[in-house]
Amino acid sequence: MTTYALLGAIEQGFAYGLMVVGVYLTFRVLDFPDLTVDGSLPLGASVSAVAITAGHSPALAVLMASGAGFMAGAVTGVLNTKFRILHLLASILTMIALYSINLRIMGRPNMTLLGQDTVVDWFASASGLMPHVSTPVLFGLVCVVVVAVLVWFLHTELGLAFLATGDNKQMITSQGVNTDTIIIFGVGLSNALVAASGALVAQNQGAADVNMGVGTIIAGLASVIIGETVFGHRTITRALIAALLGSILYRVAIALALGLRLGDFAITPSDLNLITALLVVIALVMPQLKARMKRTVAGRAK
Amino acid sequence: MITITGVTKAFHKGDVNEVAALTNVSLDMAEGDFITVIGSNGAGKSTFLNALAGSFPLDTGRIVLGDDDVTGWPEHRRASLIGRVFQDPLLGTCAGASIEQNLAMALKRGQRRGLGLGVKAADRALFREKLAVLGLGLEDRLKTTTGLLSGGQRQALTMLMATMVRPRLLLLDEHTAALDPKTGAMVLDLTAEIVQAQNLSALMVTHNMAQAISLGNRLVMFHRGEIVLDIAGEEKRNLKVEDLLRRFSELRGGEGVSDRMLLC
Repeated sequence: MTTYALLGAIEQGFAYGLMVVGVYLTFRVLDFPDLTVDGSLPLGASVSAVAITAGHSPALAVLMASGAGFMAGAVTGVLNTKFRILHLLASILTMIALYSINLRIMGRPNMTLLGQDTVVDWFASASGLMPHVSTPVLFGLVCVVVVAVLVWFLHTELGLAFLATGDNKQMITSQGVNTDTIIIFGVGLSNALVAASGALVAQNQGAADVNMGVGTIIAGLASVIIGETVFGHRTITRALIAALLGSILYRVAIALALGLRLGDFAITPSDLNLITALLVVIALVMPQLKARMKRTVAGRAK
Repeated sequence: MITITGVTKAFHKGDVNEVAALTNVSLDMAEGDFITVIGSNGAGKSTFLNALAGSFPLDTGRIVLGDDDVTGWPEHRRASLIGRVFQDPLLGTCAGASIEQNLAMALKRGQRRGLGLGVKAADRALFREKLAVLGLGLEDRLKTTTGLLSGGQRQALTMLMATMVRPRLLLLDEHTAALDPKTGAMVLDLTAEIVQAQNLSALMVTHNMAQAISLGNRLVMFHRGEIVLDIAGEEKRNLKVEDLLRRFSELRGGEGVSDRMLLC
């Protein structure tokens, strides 16, 4: 792998890093499998593309994207808590609705940002670094700041209630916390991060596309699981950092897979979904296999 | 003063499976009343406690705790006045959080949770002092993940958490039933100690009649969703297990007494 390709993978890893951290918050912390993300990633991209085209600053466009993402997540949260729709179904409903909404926001299936100012251009000229170095640095900084804020938040009074909601609803309800509010806010927060990630990705690649969110949840899960496996998740701080680093490892793995060539056979970008799905299945099955192996070994030892 | 008036609850209403879980149950508790609650399976004991805690809306009835009519309050709001310990030792604590984080969450019961630090250094002394009373050595393990503790340790911790902020009403739902006899006795002693020290109003469901007689100043018996027996004071002190068993078989009209009752 060339340095250039590695920097590219790191750039992608950080660009999607906020998305992965968002998926971690719902999937692991709140125990809420949230498929809204497949819609809120392009939502963030659409909002930021339209905002930039309308003349707003690119940084403001990212904030507007996260606001929109928060609302999308909150809708899923309300559907689940107030109307008792199963979390998976609630999130699929929002995801499907977002497809139409994203088309309405942009007024067309995709929007290019060619010739427009983006945070990427701004940082490249402000830092004086080469673009292929400055972009990963910028995205990395953003991710580190966000993860630091989340680590702090999850150690506050409210943060503890947030953790407990995903762990033991009855316990934290008995301690006077309205878990509905926490879930609505939590899923909102998660999707705000995902939408911000979508905005960064769109500004980086110079276009927003209504289909760019397909498979987001799976890529997010794969990153979270890789991070946990490689870096551990004993404390919440460690788990958040692991999720972010998992995002980078995932993109590196994808880049390596794309470079794979077996005679006439080469993996193409269209194979990525299959590879990712396999990766997640392996990661989910591994702990079970390990446990089964241990039992067999222990059984033989008797 | 706690006033419970005409509480009725049916589950699966309008269905062939309709069950009248509670029928017109009324109970007045004086401040500091420690009531043990007995009755056969399905008599409505746990449903009654859940009704007070706000786990479901009532069909009819009113629940007033002190100056607060809590009938329309959701469960999390009632929690500001009510402490609970469940039969399942895993329900009362958060497994993924440390002992001190659990206690810190309990210290905030009924108050607004903000962006202050979750576990404050100043509170640790209080946590250690409270944990030391248990005699389980947990005071030196504040950072231990709660999921690593045994059922009995977790139940003792839940007991502390339910009473960390003095509750107006303490609800104990067979909270020693899932523990081994020795641990159960330890948690029960702790219960009696805390209830007395804080002069709490408490309701304790139990299947153990000796427990029901020896603890508390009042005893009520549920049968088919109604309170059929309410004994206090001198009469309760002189009560014998045989008396209760006789009352049970009378109620059941010759149905006899269930094995579970006799085993106590």
